[in-house]
Amino acid sequence: MTRTSRLPFHAMQQFAGAAALGLVALAPGGAQAADTLKIGVIAEAQAIAGASIPQAAQLAADEINAKGGIDGRKIEVVSYDNHSSSADSVRAFQRAVNEDKVNVVISSYISEVVLALEPWASRLKTPFVTPGAASNEISKSVHADYEKNKYTFHGYLTSAALALSVCDAAKELLVDQKHMKTAVIMSEDAAWTKPLDVGYEECLPKIGLKVVDHIRFSPDTTDFTPIFNKVEAAKPDVIITGISHVGVQPTVQWKNQQVPIPMFGISSQATNETFGKDTNDAAEGVLYQGVSGPNVAVTPKSVPFAEGFKKRYGNYPSYAGYTAYDEVYYIADAVKRAGSVEADKMVDALEKTDWEGTIGRVQFYGKDDPFTHSIKYGKGLITGLMLQWQGGKQVAVWPKEVAKSDLKFPSFIKLTTN
Amino acid sequence: MLALQILIDGFAISALYALGATGFTLIFGVSGVLNLSHGAIMVAAAVAAWAAASVLHLDIYTGALFGVGVALIVSFATYFAVVKPIQNSTRIPNEEKEIFVLTGTLLWGIMIQELIAYFFTNNAKTVLPIVEGVVDIFGNRTPRNNIFTALVCCLVIGLLWLLVNRTRTGKAVLAASMNPRGVTLLGLELTQIYIVVWGIYGILAGIAGVLLGMFLGVSSYSVGPLTASAFSIVVLGGLGSVSGSLIAAFVVGYLETITAYMISPAYRTIPALLLLVFVMYIRPQGLLGRR
Repeated sequence: MTRTSRLPFHAMQQFAGAAALGLVALAPGGAQAADTLKIGVIAEAQAIAGASIPQAAQLAADEINAKGGIDGRKIEVVSYDNHSSSADSVRAFQRAVNEDKVNVVISSYISEVVLALEPWASRLKTPFVTPGAASNEISKSVHADYEKNKYTFHGYLTSAALALSVCDAAKELLVDQKHMKTAVIMSEDAAWTKPLDVGYEECLPKIGLKVVDHIRFSPDTTDFTPIFNKVEAAKPDVIITGISHVGVQPTVQWKNQQVPIPMFGISSQATNETFGKDTNDAAEGVLYQGVSGPNVAVTPKSVPFAEGFKKRYGNYPSYAGYTAYDEVYYIADAVKRAGSVEADKMVDALEKTDWEGTIGRVQFYGKDDPFTHSIKYGKGLITGLMLQWQGGKQVAVWPKEVAKSDLKFPSFIKLTTN
Repeated sequence: MLALQILIDGFAISALYALGATGFTLIFGVSGVLNLSHGAIMVAAAVAAWAAASVLHLDIYTGALFGVGVALIVSFATYFAVVKPIQNSTRIPNEEKEIFVLTGTLLWGIMIQELIAYFFTNNAKTVLPIVEGVVDIFGNRTPRNNIFTALVCCLVIGLLWLLVNRTRTGKAVLAASMNPRGVTLLGLELTQIYIVVWGIYGILAGIAGVLLGMFLGVSSYSVGPLTASAFSIVVLGGLGSVSGSLIAAFVVGYLETITAYMISPAYRTIPALLLLVFVMYIRPQGLLGRR
């Protein structure tokens, strides 16, 4: 049994605790609600990227509580496992708000789940932040109908920003350093990759990488042999990835088939430290975009958080762990500034967020920006990183300020540098 | 060039399908049980082999054996805890027993699936291949593991053929699949034969599961699709017919591979399912079915 597998126990305990507290809250008076901030965490507790979400949120809450809470107000985290299902998530959201009386919800790394919850945040007027979904539609909906959807905040980069981040890194690492000229885009068919692919198609040619083929495949795919053969037939210098639902299988088959082309881009599962073990170290050489990573001092808070997380849960967090941890802190900060857990006041305060977290400086785009309530991308705010699996570890390779190593590839990779 | 690539890639996956479906059809042929926990047993084997190597730090061979052993245990558990009580029940009318077995094994499979997700997350796991590296077959870079997978599948199916046709136990199994009552009249205990068959099934499913873990990787999500693919292969080949299943496995395997190469990887499984529907219309008993 791996140490991560303790999570469900942990979640169960919290769940039992929450149920008990739910009973208390039903008692007349309900005085409890006034001096606690209840955060509902609905996440994919059994998935590699989602498992870190409730763990990181609990860690942040415990830290804040240990320092006396928010002006004396304690934080209580109530976790729900959504089994990666939108339907389960909606039920959990309703239960969290109506029965467990949470004040705010943090949920999910899957765009389909977040898009299903967004109308519920509006209907139940409950502030809602996602630590890991990427679809542009999340914040575009807020922009389209602000008064209705203002309760939703996008605490992770949009697909458009992710594509920019990958292109910014590819420009320096692949085009400038390795003189690469061509790329194949390989992405899973999901809500979050549609805008990502549009972004890739737009920005890759601009940095000097010609897109010679574009392969989209079903997230249910298990045999990647035909896909890699198709990629190889196009003779690209690099494969630009957009994968999250899949990860272990394409990576292992890439290695077993000795596909001689490096993989570079978004690979959500690769952000979790357990990925190395799940792939029997086939991850070696895989390059993935992250918002933070082990031993990478994006801000002074990044490394202490990653180490604290590993000490408590046995592995470094996935990307959504960093964002979920930050979210609990800036929600607490918003509650402190608002002096209240009342929904509309929290929304106003969250909009004014300026918080240095583990992933950079968090601010949200405003009402007039097309990506309303999404975190701002750019230098001095959040730029993202490029990391590579090297020697069984996740090592930062971009940007220069935090890079710990040059690119290194397993021997079957033939770099076409010229 | 492309044809050769399809020929090579399709063979390994077809052989694996064939091995997975053989045990499934054997159980049905002998005891009339459609075991819907089939996918769960294969996944349990693969995840056990992965855990043996990654968590318990055993070597590859021991890990693979451990995986097969787990499948054998789960197979017996399926028979003794789920199937046998239903078959022996006096409170379930005989004509409803088949549907009870279907439901029972389906739920049992879901329980195994949830347990795997609970303890090992729902993320895909891959078993370290016994043979690594690639060989060049007329310009096609082929992982040695694919060849190994195909060889092991053919070998195991060959051994099964020998067992069924050349040994006393095997002949009893064969006889039971033809006429259960006749076998009991000959003085053979049907329950004993069932135990043998579930044992053979467990080993076959275990080997198929571990090989699948090495070849493609599995997760708790694979449970449903694996059961469904074994089910459609067996229905296509003719329920209870081992040779029908073998042919159907290759038809499905190659049809999927051709689709993935010639049309799109996204539509991989669709033509095989259409073929299944078509066969159901024109030949409901399947390719080589007797019933």
